[in-house]
Amino acid sequence: MSHTNGNIRIGFYICHCGSNIAGVVDVEKVTEYAAKLPGVVVSKHYKYMCSDPGQEMIQKDIHEFNLNRIVVAACSPFLHEKTFRNAAFQAGLNQFYFQMVNTREQNAWVHLDHDASTDKAIDLVRSAINRVTLHKPLEQKKVPIHPDVLVVGGGIAGIHAALTLADAGKKVYLVEKEPTIGGHMAMFDKTFPTLDCAACILTPKMSAVKNHKNITLWTYSEVANVEGYVGNFKVKVKKKPRYIIDDLCVGCLDCIEACVYKEPRFYDEFNQGLAKRKPVYISFPQATPQLVVIDPETCIYFKSGKCKQTCVDICERQAVDLNQQEKFEEIDVGTIIVATGFKPFDAKNVYYYGYGTFPNVYTSLEVERLINASGPTSGEVVMRDGSTPKKIAIVHCVGSRDKNTNLWCSRVCCLYSIKLAHLLKEHTNAEIYNFYIDIRTPGKLMDEFFTRISEEGVKFIRGRVADIYPDPSDDTRRRLIVKAEDTLIREITKVPVDMVVLSVGLEPREDAQDVRRMFNITCSTEGFFIERHPKLAPVNTFTDGIFLAGCCQGPKDIPDTVAKAGAAAAEALALIDKGFIELEPNTAFIMEEECSGCKSCVPLCPYSAISYSEEIKKASINEALCKGCGTCVASCPSGSIKQNMFVDEEIYSEIDGILNYKIFEEAVC
Amino acid sequence: MLNEQNLEHNTSKEWQPKIVAFFCNWCTYTAADLAGVSRIKHAPNIRVIRVMCSGRVDPQFILDSFAKGADGVLIGGCHPGDCHYQEGNYKCLRRFELLRRVVESFGIDADRLRLEWISASEGDRVRLVVNDMASKVKALGPLAFPKKQIEWAQEMFIEEEEFAGKEVEYV
Repeated sequence: MSHTNGNIRIGFYICHCGSNIAGVVDVEKVTEYAAKLPGVVVSKHYKYMCSDPGQEMIQKDIHEFNLNRIVVAACSPFLHEKTFRNAAFQAGLNQFYFQMVNTREQNAWVHLDHDASTDKAIDLVRSAINRVTLHKPLEQKKVPIHPDVLVVGGGIAGIHAALTLADAGKKVYLVEKEPTIGGHMAMFDKTFPTLDCAACILTPKMSAVKNHKNITLWTYSEVANVEGYVGNFKVKVKKKPRYIIDDLCVGCLDCIEACVYKEPRFYDEFNQGLAKRKPVYISFPQATPQLVVIDPETCIYFKSGKCKQTCVDICERQAVDLNQQEKFEEIDVGTIIVATGFKPFDAKNVYYYGYGTFPNVYTSLEVERLINASGPTSGEVVMRDGSTPKKIAIVHCVGSRDKNTNLWCSRVCCLYSIKLAHLLKEHTNAEIYNFYIDIRTPGKLMDEFFTRISEEGVKFIRGRVADIYPDPSDDTRRRLIVKAEDTLIREITKVPVDMVVLSVGLEPREDAQDVRRMFNITCSTEGFFIERHPKLAPVNTFTDGIFLAGCCQGPKDIPDTVAKAGAAAAEALALIDKGFIELEPNTAFIMEEECSGCKSCVPLCPYSAISYSEEIKKASINEALCKGCGTCVASCPSGSIKQNMFVDEEIYSEIDGILNYKIFEEAVC
Repeated sequence: MLNEQNLEHNTSKEWQPKIVAFFCNWCTYTAADLAGVSRIKHAPNIRVIRVMCSGRVDPQFILDSFAKGADGVLIGGCHPGDCHYQEGNYKCLRRFELLRRVVESFGIDADRLRLEWISASEGDRVRLVVNDMASKVKALGPLAFPKKQIEWAQEMFIEEEEFAGKEVEYV
């Protein structure tokens, strides 16, 4: 082919993207302009460049006109750079003889003035055509994928992902922060819309995780450090001391019975504080693994050093070890699935709903525990004052769709409120009032569920609750008034109730920012992790080899969480079974003959990829360690470091193109 | 101060500043894409060059841009602590602080050179930064460095000729 004999023959194409680009940018003008630029042999515009006919057009032209460089002005390179590179490759061109111009996301979609937009497009096209001339044929670097997988978070998302991968024969490390896996789902009573019991569908999966030969389960552990890159991550996991020797404990719970505290008296996290626990405890009867844990914050031994240590004495297997220290494990994995979950909105932040002030105001998660047969009241709805409610208000959208708290819709609250309405009615036969803004029940069987429950006699009042306060006419001051505007009849309603349930929304976890930094992934401004593409890569992140599952990416119900977890596992499997991944060849290299040996680049590299040889007095870059940031390239005083795909000359040519700077102007100076 | 509506609706008939922007692949370039996806309109004066990291921005790129006719240069990187390559943005910041002095010593107004941290989720911040910079540079007027370079070259030529004792006609 002629592209070896030094003749530059460029094909330029601009995409209409329907009317997305062509509606703003004058594509014909750009095409005409590009045709006159040096080296351009073909200049065309087409309705959809990314479609098959569009790609075939490029390939046909490559053959017909002997093109050896391709420039496409279309959407963002994040979307279709690969598509066009591949098209060029199929036609026999090196895929890096290609340059893309971002004409949609960063031009047509963000500008109103057609002339200015066209001018911008022309500038950038000129710059790309300048640049592509200098492109070099490059080869992608192949790196092997370690077959083991790390799953972070042992909620339903992490459990499902881990089981899927383990069933496919891959070795999985499942790391969970809490003493037991199960996550939020383990706290729920029943699940919408089928009303099957959460424990019945979750606990078998939990024990499957525990017993799976391919899963290494580390609870009460946290990921402490992540290094490396796709296929070759080195992960350090911190195992917090639970003061129990895992291998010896059989979960007989004798130590809990023997604790010097005769009565449980500390806040029970699993039961949302509705019950008390001892310093030595097990989260809930089906906790997996069946291991007790000693909480040093409340245990007398750790606080004062003076304790009879009855727990140690009672254990026949000598499983209690009060001198246990935290341990670190280092593992090599090829892919990571982040399934760190969510945090329920703190209802105290909406002070006028009185949560924390009025004892009969509950959060939805507390009510889940209250109606749960294995909960603190064994499933009886008994309020903090010992009475059973006869009238209950359920307040939707607490911490959702609210300018003062969170803007987003938490997606599950309408449905779980409807579920709670049904369950509370079933348990207490109380009158139930749902206060809602909109009822949002999309999904299979969801709206039918809503219809069914509303026909059961649960009342729905359309209006955001403005205030909750004690009924002044009630001497016991127990009864509460829920005040809202019923927007359907345009009247202020005041409903006296015995119990208020606040349907709290879903928030990112407090440590989302730390987790994001550790895994080198990105967060939205709210704090949910960002997927690579909202539609086409919903479980991928911008960091290759790291995938998202569950609510850490945004609020989801259980079916969607499980679906995403399966998707994340499939993405990881696809990588592992392929065995290798091709990386962008944007690494840096040193031209030895020009290196003066000043060493200024050596300390700059965050990956220690640059080494200096005292023998030849030159620096060199280890390509396997280089991640291609280009920091060293910018620092080299003699310009002897080059970065593939971002060579200085290529960037200067882009600047020239943008500014329409001609060499002859320089000659004048 | 120009109002934003004018800025976004600006017509090509009047003089428009050209701002060369170097955006890092992971944060600011993605944020500019997000602005697009969210249809957040902003001034059409920037021309983005994508680099992998703000640490890749060689100070010479900036000087070169000014020398070749840019009216402003904008660098966008990840927030401190968020660099995809751990610390490239700090390297960029160090260079930037030194370079700013050099650029100012050329008589280039400080508003023409800007470094901004814009994360991948801050599409609206792209609008704020670009609009603000475009309006400031617009108020400053054209920099026209290439033209100035020609003038300076002529001045030098005349001075050299005079030094050599020749009579020169002033243009």
